Amino acid sequence: MERPLIISAPPHIHTQRTVRSCMWHVVAALMPALLCALFYFGIGAAVVIVTSIIGCVITEYLITRFMSGHPTTIANGSAVLTGLLLAFNLPSNLPVWIILIGSVVAIGIGKMAFGGLGCNIFNPALVGRVFLLLSFPAQMTTWPLPSVNRWMYPDAATGATPLGLLKQGIMTFDDINLTDCLLGAIGGSLGEVSAIALLLGGIYLLATRIISWHIPVSILATVALLSVCIGVNPWVELLSGGMLLGAIFMATDYVTSPMCHRGMIVYGIMIGVITIIIRQWGAYPEGMSFAILLMNGCTPLINRYIKPRKFGERRAKR
Amino acid sequence: MNKPRTFSTGGIHLDENKLSGLQLVTFVDLPREVTMLMNQHAGNPARPVVEKGDHVKRGDVIANADGLVSAYIHSPISGEVTSVGMVKDAYGKPCEGITIKSDPIDYNIDIEEVHEREAVRTNDDIASLTPDEIVSIVKEAGIVGLGGATFPTHVKLSPPPGFKPEILIINGAECEPYLTNDHALMLAHPDEIIEGTRLLRRATHVPRAVIAIESNKPDAIRLLWGKTAGLDDITVMPLKTKYPQGCEKQLIEAVTGRQVPSGSLPVATGAIVQNVATAYAVHRAVRYDEPLMKRIITVTGDSVRFPGNYHCSIGRSLRSIIEQAGGLPDDTAKVILGGPMMGRTVENLDAPSTKGVSCILILDDKQARRREAEPCIRCGACVNACPMGLEPFLISTLARKGRMEDAAHEKIMNCIECGSCNYACPAARPLLDYIRLGKIGIKAVSKDKKKKLIKWKGH
Repeated sequence: MERPLIISAPPHIHTQRTVRSCMWHVVAALMPALLCALFYFGIGAAVVIVTSIIGCVITEYLITRFMSGHPTTIANGSAVLTGLLLAFNLPSNLPVWIILIGSVVAIGIGKMAFGGLGCNIFNPALVGRVFLLLSFPAQMTTWPLPSVNRWMYPDAATGATPLGLLKQGIMTFDDINLTDCLLGAIGGSLGEVSAIALLLGGIYLLATRIISWHIPVSILATVALLSVCIGVNPWVELLSGGMLLGAIFMATDYVTSPMCHRGMIVYGIMIGVITIIIRQWGAYPEGMSFAILLMNGCTPLINRYIKPRKFGERRAKR
Repeated sequence: MNKPRTFSTGGIHLDENKLSGLQLVTFVDLPREVTMLMNQHAGNPARPVVEKGDHVKRGDVIANADGLVSAYIHSPISGEVTSVGMVKDAYGKPCEGITIKSDPIDYNIDIEEVHEREAVRTNDDIASLTPDEIVSIVKEAGIVGLGGATFPTHVKLSPPPGFKPEILIINGAECEPYLTNDHALMLAHPDEIIEGTRLLRRATHVPRAVIAIESNKPDAIRLLWGKTAGLDDITVMPLKTKYPQGCEKQLIEAVTGRQVPSGSLPVATGAIVQNVATAYAVHRAVRYDEPLMKRIITVTGDSVRFPGNYHCSIGRSLRSIIEQAGGLPDDTAKVILGGPMMGRTVENLDAPSTKGVSCILILDDKQARRREAEPCIRCGACVNACPMGLEPFLISTLARKGRMEDAAHEKIMNCIECGSCNYACPAARPLLDYIRLGKIGIKAVSKDKKKKLIKWKGH
């Protein structure tokens, strides 16, 4: 007697890509930037990254284990990714307890409070970062100088970021060394400094088709165009601050970005516009995080009104 | 040469797995017994015209078409009708069937000889056929769409008044993985396909026919290209390899650049699509007066001993066809009729094959099981994959929650069930399952409404 055959509805084959593989691809794409962070900020970067990841993973585990009752989702790597991205958005001399607060807020409030992976409205890592920025403004805006104090963690020599100096009027656009911005020898959050490393990661994500070009390109193009319009150096705007980290890794977060390509372009343009407005006229030197969070909030709206073009449907003629 | 064309919205790239690609067509001997199902075409089931104990000859009509959208059924063997009644089809559903046992003279006949019979009509006869005559030959031969939809061909050849077809597209896309039956047919019988194409073209009064082939079959493209070189009514068009290009709407857009308006017949674009195997069957019917009673079936799967393309009689049991390819592998867990994207799973291997069976795909245990679904991460993979420009994540969720009106508003009924969204989803969500349920629900509701309307009008 042969075994009964399995009956199921088509399709009978399935892509090899999984949620898990998507997450680990992004982690892999962050590796060049991670190496740069370790190179420029040394031990401090290592402590912040490790603390942040452990904080996020443990928070997620505890919440799934004791509060939500859902099966644990650590294995899909999304908590690790959130931890890594949160760390990338922090200065490398941040005290461990502040980082832990950031991780708990990122995972607990940013993600699990909404129902876990796929249900959150805002990018969890950015929720954590912005929470810390508003709660600990002093610690969050003292930036260790690159290269000089690799073996110092809590009391490294600090300085300002190029964008901060611009805001205060200490520097002008001409004083900023673009090569340093490209390589990462500038002050700033530990993962955002090296443009080349971030671009490498972006190319990897595009090549593996984890992300599409729509969001990063529309953000960067908008920023470049607007900076030319308002008469500031577009290269500085593109290469400094959280621009590339945000455009390539944070704004492209699957959960919090629009579903269709046309929506993605609108979303990207709006992020670019808001960032430039904040950088130019706002109180903060950097606006990428706020811009992304604001547009995360608009994503459901974009999804509702900007739909893919349906096959064979014409616009109603009236 | 221009860049190969394709359709504009969505689509996915699949591992081709054309295991039987290099195999030529193998002729299979006539079976000792066949069962012809009455509902093996779209439309009304055919009505049996034979009774138990009747003797039939190969090619005799055993069931008449019932109404306009239906098809004649012929006996593929000579022998005695042993039963007329309910049998179980491949999916386990009961349906009416006629079982015929072959007589000894019949199954000793050499199958190649049967195939290479003398032509009934000469070139001159064929040239003088009127379009209506061609359509009636096609109708009497019981030809249906052999790509899988099994829609009666003569109906498609006579579009409703008001539509004026301009182009005939012969579908040689074969976009499903594993399938090679159309590919093998194109390599084995290019002249016959071209003749069938011309007959179909004449029957539909269109000036031009295009044989569309995906570029993963360069040998077939080259062969047919050479054969059609001097012809001004038939051309070969290579298409970019992309699933689901073989679906009618996508194919029409790939070839003509026109989209079938939502809710209209494909012929509204001026295009009529027929499968290459259908064109071949039309050639057999016109040239040899041979009704549709055999076809090429790909038997394939990673553990199948001899994956290949088998030219065999319709009505043969699936098991006996699989035996031609070395028998059912021990690790078989799932048997699929059709391709892995749209094919249906078989419950009953002793059921007969039908006109619409293009492939028997055998999967082992590992391939047969679905991955466990995870939460949606809203990555948009399904949206990008959907060839109809729908939002599968949305209509699937609406259907799951029973919000049928919203689902209908989001055009759930436009879904062609190609499975691209389901394939592409990294979270392995059963998107298409829920979309199907939603479509069934909406159809039921609209039927109900109609019934109520009729009742109301009656009072």
